[in-house]
Amino acid sequence: MFSNFAFHFGRYLDLLWDSFSRPERLKIYWRETLRQMDDIGVGSLIIVAIIAVFMGAVAAVQFAYQLDGQLVPSYYIGYIVRDLAIIESAPTITCLVLAGKVGSNMASEIGGMRQKEHIDAMEIMGVNTAAFLILPKIIAAMIMIPLLVALAAGLAIVGGYMAVVIPETIPSSAYIKGLQSFFVPYNVFIMFVKAFIFAFILTTVSCYKGYYVEGGSVELGAASTQAVVVTDILILLADFLIAVVLTG
Amino acid sequence: MIRCENVKKSFGDTEVLKGITTEFEAGKCNLIIGLSGAGKTVMLKLLVCLMKQTSGTIMYDDVNFNSLGDDELRSLRMKVGMLFQGSALFDSMTVEENILFPLELFTKKTKAEMLDRVNYVLERVNLEGANQKYPSEVSGGMQKRVGIARAIVLEPKYLFCDEPNSGLDPKTSMVIDELIQSITYDNNITTVINTHDMNSVMEIGDNINLLHHGTLVWRGNKADVLTSDNEFLDNFIFASPFLQRLRNAALGRS
Repeated sequence: MFSNFAFHFGRYLDLLWDSFSRPERLKIYWRETLRQMDDIGVGSLIIVAIIAVFMGAVAAVQFAYQLDGQLVPSYYIGYIVRDLAIIESAPTITCLVLAGKVGSNMASEIGGMRQKEHIDAMEIMGVNTAAFLILPKIIAAMIMIPLLVALAAGLAIVGGYMAVVIPETIPSSAYIKGLQSFFVPYNVFIMFVKAFIFAFILTTVSCYKGYYVEGGSVELGAASTQAVVVTDILILLADFLIAVVLTG
Repeated sequence: MIRCENVKKSFGDTEVLKGITTEFEAGKCNLIIGLSGAGKTVMLKLLVCLMKQTSGTIMYDDVNFNSLGDDELRSLRMKVGMLFQGSALFDSMTVEENILFPLELFTKKTKAEMLDRVNYVLERVNLEGANQKYPSEVSGGMQKRVGIARAIVLEPKYLFCDEPNSGLDPKTSMVIDELIQSITYDNNITTVINTHDMNSVMEIGDNINLLHHGTLVWRGNKADVLTSDNEFLDNFIFASPFLQRLRNAALGRS
């Protein structure tokens, strides 16, 4: 098992090294990066927005339920939803969802190119395929995913507001007071650190799984599934380590 | 010219190529033929360095292909064109974009010059006006021709074709063969074709290499095929009674 891990980790690092080598022609890479930004960012906007709104709404409703009859003031709901969204749910849940949507798509796209000999064709032309196929995805993800995470945090707060203010569980002023209380800008820094690291894990692991796929459609499906599973596990592990390092 | 000396390739305990020594000459259509599992595809992948041989050397003119570093290898590869069995055209790009791809990456031509070159190679493969079509919108034969156009757009010195006629009807196969042959002769390219198409063997086989279970068992040209008494060649090319009768008729045998 250890030798298997060492083999994959070594090959992963090797692929990363190749991915960050000098591009043949910046213009082409830039065009590809823009295309990926559109795919990753604009293409994931709706699903991220829906999940974020419900994430905030459920958090608000459940905290209201838990705080009901306690001595804790009701404006704490706004405060808890805000910090929960910023520190944890927006970066982590958004990236877990994106692992399923964007990560599996990357693994399938690159794996499909491997199977249809597109990667071989590029290699023979003299293209550094690792850099051409992976670097634009990494750059695009590192730009777009933090933006999506920030958007998700905002929408989660809006979702919380709608869930507890519209049914008059707490007044609007209490929720807004909670949002304005105990704000620590450092938490936003933590959110972005998580978003950057999760984006890197998501992209590189998914591309790695696709790049080295062998066999037919069954293997491609398996690679795509493995990309999601491994990415999810690594995101959760990284989440814990970041929490320990930045807040421990 | 490409020269192979005692090239061996093993996968685990299985030796797929058992010491191939041969030459692929410039300005000629060099064919690698053999039954399925003979090692043709592995041989072609070694020649283009998609795989590395277990031992032996492959020389591109005076350059040992396998001793090159990554950057040198990429430079040499710009002199190499390849037509894949499935054409390997990028689905999301039009015919024009597929052919532009290597030009944009590796040349400093202006957009107008690049488009001129694209139109020239499309004309060369008789596909004028197909610029804006997607690979899914053209036939298998046309996809092969786009593949050839993309392979020759950088004016390669070496052209490799993996089963160029697979999946094509006999008439379209002949068109593809003639195209590859004329491009080879006109540009003095070293062309290596991996095929089991008998018509190709007899029409464009300037230098034919027959592999059998990883060993080179016969080498000659299309004229030699008819007169050779090599048992492996006989079993491969004249496997059917019909072809045997044709050969006998051609040689005036009863």
